[in-house]
Amino acid sequence: MIREPLIFEISDLGKKGYAVPELDVPAGAEALAGLPIREGIPGFPQVSEVEVVRHFTRLSQQNYCVDLGLYPLGSCTMKYNPKVNEKIAGLPGFAEAHPLAPVETIQGNLEILYRMERLLCEITGFDAVTLQPSAGAQGELTGIMLARACHESRGNPRKIVLIPDSAHGTNPSSAHLSGYEVREIKSNAAGRIDLGSLQQAMTDEVAALMVTNPNTLGVFESDICKIADIVHGKGGLLYMDGANMNALAGIARPGDFGVDVLHLNLHKTFATPHGGGGPGSGPVAVKKILEPFLPLPVVVPKGSAYSLDFDRPRSIGRVRSFYGNFLVVLKAMAYILSLGPRGMREVAEIAILNANYIRKGLEGVYDLPYDSASMHEAVFSDKIQKDAYGVTNLDIAKRLIDHGFHPPTMSFPLIVPGALMIEPTETESRRDLDLFIEAMKTIAREAAENPALLKAAPHQTYVRRLDETAAARNPVVTWEGGQDR
Amino acid sequence: MSYIALSDQDKKEMLARLGVSSVEELFGCLPEGSRLRRDLDLPSAMSEPELLGHMDAVAGRNTYGRHRSFLGGGAYHHYIPAVVDSLSARTEFLTPYTPYQPEVSQGTLQVIFEYQTLICRLTGMDIANASLYDGASAAAEAALMARRLTGRSRILVARSLHPQYRETVRTLTRNLGLAVEEVGFGGDGGLNPEELRAKTGPDVCGLIVQSPNFFGVVEDLAACAAAVHESKGLLIVSVAEALSLGILEAPGKLGADIVCGEAQSFGIPPSFGGPGLGFMGCKKEFLRQLPGRICGLTKDVEGRRGFVLTLSTREQHIRREKATSNICSNQGWCALRATIYLESAGQNGLRDIALQNVRKAAYAAGRLAAVGGVRLRFTGKTFNEFVLQLPKDAAAAAAALRAKGILAGLELAPFYPELPGTLLVCVTEVRSKEEIDGLAAALEEVLR
Repeated sequence: MIREPLIFEISDLGKKGYAVPELDVPAGAEALAGLPIREGIPGFPQVSEVEVVRHFTRLSQQNYCVDLGLYPLGSCTMKYNPKVNEKIAGLPGFAEAHPLAPVETIQGNLEILYRMERLLCEITGFDAVTLQPSAGAQGELTGIMLARACHESRGNPRKIVLIPDSAHGTNPSSAHLSGYEVREIKSNAAGRIDLGSLQQAMTDEVAALMVTNPNTLGVFESDICKIADIVHGKGGLLYMDGANMNALAGIARPGDFGVDVLHLNLHKTFATPHGGGGPGSGPVAVKKILEPFLPLPVVVPKGSAYSLDFDRPRSIGRVRSFYGNFLVVLKAMAYILSLGPRGMREVAEIAILNANYIRKGLEGVYDLPYDSASMHEAVFSDKIQKDAYGVTNLDIAKRLIDHGFHPPTMSFPLIVPGALMIEPTETESRRDLDLFIEAMKTIAREAAENPALLKAAPHQTYVRRLDETAAARNPVVTWEGGQDR
Repeated sequence: MSYIALSDQDKKEMLARLGVSSVEELFGCLPEGSRLRRDLDLPSAMSEPELLGHMDAVAGRNTYGRHRSFLGGGAYHHYIPAVVDSLSARTEFLTPYTPYQPEVSQGTLQVIFEYQTLICRLTGMDIANASLYDGASAAAEAALMARRLTGRSRILVARSLHPQYRETVRTLTRNLGLAVEEVGFGGDGGLNPEELRAKTGPDVCGLIVQSPNFFGVVEDLAACAAAVHESKGLLIVSVAEALSLGILEAPGKLGADIVCGEAQSFGIPPSFGGPGLGFMGCKKEFLRQLPGRICGLTKDVEGRRGFVLTLSTREQHIRREKATSNICSNQGWCALRATIYLESAGQNGLRDIALQNVRKAAYAAGRLAAVGGVRLRFTGKTFNEFVLQLPKDAAAAAAALRAKGILAGLELAPFYPELPGTLLVCVTEVRSKEEIDGLAAALEEVLR
């Protein structure tokens, strides 16, 4: 196998992968006079077009991706990303539109934003939506800032945000960035929020409870209506992290069970590709009481045309430039329009069916620390293999790579030691589900028969197990070579 | 169109395996009051050709593309070489998650490592992260980073920083006890140095200055650095038009401590403002305060070179509320596009493209300022944008030009009431001499 070098290692003086057309205006020296011109960019690559193409094509072949197979990262919802949506996002009318263009010239895009807000309101059961947040974490931050603005308008921003111990790390981080102190709520033996602990913690200094539902164990917070009552009873707001909306689309709406503010991850529930890290999109849906505080601007229909309303004195302001990750919003809207109402409901139904099918297939083979009913994902642990053979979730995950699959989410939620969190999504075929279950069973057998095989896995990849400790101890985050060219 | 891969027979057999007769039974854990007992009120499902036809019609309601556009102001039209679309569309780049499992993500990770290196070499910084959302939130992240590094309570922002970046900095720092104060601009369009000296002090964690600034004017960064460094504050340089780094001196060479901004210009279409590409680089010693993902070099068990996400103890999934930032998903795929763009253009191509921007904009500025009654509003040197002072209402002039199929620029008065009658004009390499001459002739006509 060819070891693909860094581009800086194959760079040669004078090569170019792109040539500009000839300059068609006079090249007067005065254009540059007085500007701080740099001499060059030492160490910047100089390669031909074909070298660039081979470089990236070879690099791409070192990646696993959804289009290769099941990618069961729990809470990440790695479902199939429909190809037609990419084509739509590439239509020049959308992709080439400038965000500061006069509104008369961008009516199509404003229509997309407005209609998408309405679609998401219907799917979630809320009154208003902002599409501005760039990703889930920015959505959380926006949502908690909206809650804060609402409390401020009532005279007291309050001091505390409550977060269950099973929550994703962005929750406490977003609450902190909104100026709140974070208090943790313990989960009970069923993996749900403990109502007693909540009741005790819920004072009139609590601004909000952030709940993920279904939670990160894939378990529905069946006391959600009581939870909402407890929070509202003390004047607090109920925030829901919608990372797991894939389990609810079409069968339940957070706006109907007491939630005041919700963020969505369009790159999870609504099938936009993750792109190896992003871009995402993290719309926030709110009840009427929070609407006046939404980020600027807001799209408003006026007769048959759309305009932008900047005159919203109670708005929290902007959380980023322009209108959010517009093309991601567009792809997600295309997805909703493809599915229609029945298709949307089927997403949740089959996501739940597939997750439970895997759970059934692996029950007894792997430890299931919480036996509450699973929704769209099932959280196992390495307890059986670790206790008997010293094999950890990391070893199991790495061995799964040799069997042709991406590993599940590991070591999360934090309340499960040695967690393996499996979310197949609705787009897997039965054949792929069976292959995955078979691979996991084989690994359980291998753990008993030859634990060393797992400890040394993966064996068949471009690189084998990497030294992450060394990377952190002596960080090398840029290439130092090639700067003499 | 449904994307479900199970047949009815599959479903039946799978349900039987689970010992239930319907999917409904599987969500019996949902309390009755929380169930939706009707179909969602959504438009009925569309087939692929119907969907494409529908979306094409909506796209057609954007008439923007039928105009010659001279709009900039933080989103730019540049030519995108075919290799960028072709390579970035590869499904192996488009459909993986964040590279949590490095052994099956070396492609994405090596791209991030090369991207970080490119950003460092462009900005003159020692280290860079794997991307942030956009230029505006990157400025806010830089402000928070400066606060953590200095422990001080005020930050200065240039009034010539992109108005939306300023708003974002205010929004995202509001609840954290960081006071944001503006520093005005002078007659050359650059930051007012006296005002900067007067406002900086031992309680100021730094200055955010944009260069080229919102008016297109290239700032005297060395002077800004000297002023803020005197009281041990940090110089944060925001770059909204990243292409300028192809020809202008690296901010790191002029005293910047943190360089952040928007790199949409590198192979990403304007996209109605998103997704673009927020970037951030800084000095080595700030590594543990840098927000976002960072890719680092390491070795595998056989001693071969490999890449991993590293220093995650800064991040939310480990540090929770004590993390440097709450960012999780970033703009990875956009960073890939920028990497392909920068590596194909390379050292020589990037300079050529940047030079064409300078020359075409200078030519346009000369032509437009020669129109009767029109002048350049500022005397400072510019990259590919400049501000025109018109003899009459800019909105009326812009509307008259729009009727002729030209979007001549952005009216500044809504953002800067102190600049009535001005237009921010952007000329990149994609505008031809003929189009520039056409704009000058049309402007002459509408002002007559």
